[in-house]
Amino acid sequence: MIRISLAFLLQDGSLMNELYIITTGALVAGTCSILGCFLILRKMAMVADAISHAILPGIVLTYLVFDSKDSFLMLIGAGVFGFFTAFLIEWIHSRLRLQEDASIGISFTFLFSIGVILISYYASNIDLDMDCVLYGEITYVPLNTVTLQNGLNLGPKALWTSGAMFLLVVSFVSLFYKELRICTFDPSYAVSIGIATVIWHYALMGLLSFTTVICFESVGSVLVVTFFIVPPATAYLITNKLNHMIILSVLSGIVASVGGYFLANLLNASIAAGMCTTCGIEFLLAFLLKRQKR
Amino acid sequence: MSMWEDLLLFLSLKDPNVRYVVLGLILLSSSCALVGCFTFLRKRALSGDALAHSVLPGVCLAFIITGDKQSLPVLLGAIVFGWLSLYTMDYLKRNTILKEDTVIGLVLSVFFGIGLLLLSHIQHSDYVNPSGLDSILFGRAASLVEEDVWWFGITGVILVTVIFALLKEFVLICFDEPFARSISIPVKMLEVILTTLTVMAIVTGIQAVGVVLMAAFLITPAAAARYWTYNIKHMLIYAALISMSSSVAGAYVSYSFPKMPTAPWIVLVLSLVAFFSFLFSPHKGVWKRWMNMRNNSAKILEENILKTFYHLGERENVEMGYYTEQQLNSIRGFKKSDLKKGLRKLIRLGYVKKSGQSYTLTNEGYRKGERIVRLHRLWELYLSNHVKIAADHVHDDAETIEHIITPEIEQKLEELLKSPLIDPHQSSIPPSRW
Repeated sequence: MIRISLAFLLQDGSLMNELYIITTGALVAGTCSILGCFLILRKMAMVADAISHAILPGIVLTYLVFDSKDSFLMLIGAGVFGFFTAFLIEWIHSRLRLQEDASIGISFTFLFSIGVILISYYASNIDLDMDCVLYGEITYVPLNTVTLQNGLNLGPKALWTSGAMFLLVVSFVSLFYKELRICTFDPSYAVSIGIATVIWHYALMGLLSFTTVICFESVGSVLVVTFFIVPPATAYLITNKLNHMIILSVLSGIVASVGGYFLANLLNASIAAGMCTTCGIEFLLAFLLKRQKR
Repeated sequence: MSMWEDLLLFLSLKDPNVRYVVLGLILLSSSCALVGCFTFLRKRALSGDALAHSVLPGVCLAFIITGDKQSLPVLLGAIVFGWLSLYTMDYLKRNTILKEDTVIGLVLSVFFGIGLLLLSHIQHSDYVNPSGLDSILFGRAASLVEEDVWWFGITGVILVTVIFALLKEFVLICFDEPFARSISIPVKMLEVILTTLTVMAIVTGIQAVGVVLMAAFLITPAAAARYWTYNIKHMLIYAALISMSSSVAGAYVSYSFPKMPTAPWIVLVLSLVAFFSFLFSPHKGVWKRWMNMRNNSAKILEENILKTFYHLGERENVEMGYYTEQQLNSIRGFKKSDLKKGLRKLIRLGYVKKSGQSYTLTNEGYRKGERIVRLHRLWELYLSNHVKIAADHVHDDAETIEHIITPEIEQKLEELLKSPLIDPHQSSIPPSRW
């Protein structure tokens, strides 16, 4: 219930805090949407969902081993588990010859259950709450700020980390746009002109896990998955050009984070869930618009 | 108390709490496993996951409307939203450019997002006694009560009855839907029934195991059972048994260590059973496949060595000449270690004798090498005469098939080619020794 009072506090607080929350949401939305475009075109939407669940043990283990909530260590731990999940799914599918849907389902439930067990076992010395895994705590974003030694307040930490992630993903995608596009649409051609598709595949998986864990604390796993899948799907309904699709999905993600904030305030509900719902509404609108045209 | 006494006390089910939890979980997990077999076979594993997430808004709406968080309205709300999500997935798949995985992920996250919106709205507003509503997220497997067991029992009985009454039809729509249509079986109707069963199983299941892990209760036992049998009836039984025993194990762990959550332990045990099956099952397991491969390549290596002896003898016109490893290698590039290993095995089997640094064939070895060469050349002749492949293109194909041809095929080839003496490369074909 502490969350409510905080939400009220923040609402009354200042325009600045609102702005912080919405900007963080928008940065997360942008980062996820850009990667999501490639994921849904490569038919890997559910792999993203699986990874977002399966990095839980990575986060918990890092926390237990290093006894700190240092984002950098978490990033490494979760990144390792993200890779591992992508690898496990692929291994079960191709080596153990299990159909792909089942191999995704089994891998992520297996790893997630380990995560939950670890959390419950070390509950007394872990300050990770299962609710926060799902919802995230975007409401708290303005509270956790970065302060320099001379006392200068630089604003919320989550804003900086998600901003850095956004820049990383944007520069990665714009630098290697050509390679990513070819790998996505015509893998065999990519191989024939000497592009190592496997490396790009795992590069995407790595970025995916990093993004997931960066956004994990601020917005929760549900919203991450939503931002990965729904804005790109909305954009895909409207256009069939990759560059347009990326720009449209980023825009749609940003609109969703603004709209979601106000929807959540209106209903006095979780901001992350509000953003999810707004994404859904946008998709519905795009779908109806598309049908009308036909 | 020793561990044994502890285990016995647990298994005796004297403690009513234990009794309800264990009975409830057994009923629940076995009915989920039965339904899950069909979900698995129809490759709908992830739709099941999406369905489990999608019932949340239904549960919350039912609570907002009626203010009741147990019983019928909630169940109804869940069922309605379960159906709605399945219908939405189906509709989007048929009417948009989006691929199946995107559609599943989309429905899953949007429905679940709406559910969380409503849930947090309920928790932050002035509803009466909303606590416990969020148990649907992570389940409350460790605190099942008598009423739950009754619910699970009723659901289980309905599921089992319907599945076994319509088993033949369900199997048909899983494996050969077009055929089912062609013999005018009401496929649509059966799909609706099967989906209803799935929705029922999931809606009952998530109360105990939670939204996220529900998928494991459906798919994991089915996937594990699939590796042990090719018979669907056995698969159903194995899946049910696997999930029952995993449930008991999970319940036991959380009974002995009260800190431990029940459902994740069940899923962990289930996953381990599944991984064990994938690796070691005698039908499709990786271990078995790996052994077969090893045996095959060993057999091919041995036959190639015997063949090489024959070729060397043929070149020098002696039947049982003595040859060193270098000489064997000059005909055919063996890997040194492979050649040594193969020769050792052949000596053990009595096909090859060693004297000093040289080796020679025994009578049986000669017979065997001769047969391989014969099969090779018969096949080359067959390819060039009957399949009309140029004589210089037939060797590679024959090189593979010579290890596979059975005596029956050999005889057929012999008849077809009228006991030939010369192959396309003008080498003589050794006569049959039958």
